[in-house]
Amino acid sequence: MNTIAIIDYGMGNLHSVSKAFEHVAPETRVIVTSDAGVIREADRVVLPGVGAMRDCMAEMRRLGVDTLVREVSVDRPFLGICVGMQALLERSEENNGVDSIGLFPGRVVYFGDELFETNAAGEKQRLKVPHMGWNQVHQTMDHPLWRGIAEQARFYFVHSYYVPAQSADSADYVVGETHYGTDLAAAIARDSIFAVQFHPEKSQHSGLQLLKNFAHWSGQL
Amino acid sequence: MGLAKRIIPCLDVDNGRVVKGVQFVDIRDAGDPVEVAKKYDEQGADEITFLDITASHQGRDTMVHTVEKMASQVFIPLTVGGGIRKVEDIRIMLNAGADKVSINTAAVFNPEFVKEAAERFGSQCIVVAIDAKKVSKPGEPDRWEIFTHGGRKPTGLDAVEWAKKMAAYGAGEILLTSMDQDGMKNGFDLGVTRAITDAVSIPVIASGGVGNLQHLADGVTIGGADAVLAASIFHFGDYTVQEAKAHMAACGIEMRID
Repeated sequence: MNTIAIIDYGMGNLHSVSKAFEHVAPETRVIVTSDAGVIREADRVVLPGVGAMRDCMAEMRRLGVDTLVREVSVDRPFLGICVGMQALLERSEENNGVDSIGLFPGRVVYFGDELFETNAAGEKQRLKVPHMGWNQVHQTMDHPLWRGIAEQARFYFVHSYYVPAQSADSADYVVGETHYGTDLAAAIARDSIFAVQFHPEKSQHSGLQLLKNFAHWSGQL
Repeated sequence: MGLAKRIIPCLDVDNGRVVKGVQFVDIRDAGDPVEVAKKYDEQGADEITFLDITASHQGRDTMVHTVEKMASQVFIPLTVGGGIRKVEDIRIMLNAGADKVSINTAAVFNPEFVKEAAERFGSQCIVVAIDAKKVSKPGEPDRWEIFTHGGRKPTGLDAVEWAKKMAAYGAGEILLTSMDQDGMKNGFDLGVTRAITDAVSIPVIASGGVGNLQHLADGVTIGGADAVLAASIFHFGDYTVQEAKAHMAACGIEMRID
């Protein structure tokens, strides 16, 4: 039986992610675990995460999850969600600066307390932070995990920090882009790694389709 | 194009059952919060809120099971409010599958609780509910105060200042209920909605008093709300969430419509 290991490092709501996988891939065994042995054995691995980056990274280091992620993300399908995506970058501005796992070059930055957008009428409007709710994702690159998902489909986002979509670093790995006062990376990918800023487990049909695609993905492009 | 405004149906839940009645002809058990939530999910609800009005401890356990069941069947964000007083209450609800908790009275009596909760679980899951009532007399500058106990007890706290304080303490969102309007079907109190949305940089959900679809639209276009919460107009089948979204979109509001 195929297995998906959801890495449990004590941060956030893993129940929703595992229930969503059980819903879309009933033939798969979904295991929420912090056991390195179980994670190494799994066919697919998911790194979720909510909350503050400093706490997330501290727990990952304490449990050896950072090293384990470097190891298991190269030879099997690997999915990062929200803070689990941000942690894959080199560094985050959050909590006065936190060094992260560093599988992707670049840094995670803050939206800022004064975020503005000019509307169709040419008026400058202040945007709320966190970026919370359903926003559209532009699929900037073709990818097996986008299959069956409409271009500009909406996904559920909740975050105050983001990966810039159009930096020198990110140009190579951004596969989905969202606009919220700035262009941010909604999804990044390389080889067998795919990671999303939004919450697919809370994004109704489009989100479930993405999880289903992941549950059946070989890790090849 | 960009971030959509949200519609959030709210269910009052007592001992695992929906109260105030929900009238859908096509669902088998209109008293089951999960069945009702599924119905709203199908209609395109952007989030669901369960307000737990259970008094007993036993009932609290029932709520945890309801949340677990909901989270395994409905894949949109869920907020649980009512009776959230301790860090442990939050942990239990988040572990059961809630995405956010709404803190009301506990925040008024112990504002530090909001700070502690946000530091522990992250601002993204901490909603602070504010029940505001207008206290200024006609002719005076507008002033709204925080009330507790279903609008019966004044606290002397200025609603706008309180919202700013809660945002500074780490609230990720404000759920604003205008008590004068709640249940009156006259629409949101747009004055306090606008005053608070302008005062804080976090999202504000407008609640209380929705009687028709234009009220929902006004909450966004005039009140400046990021989301609108309503109960009875959806429960009694007056309008579906789809109809509400179509109306708001026709008013030029960005909505999630599949």
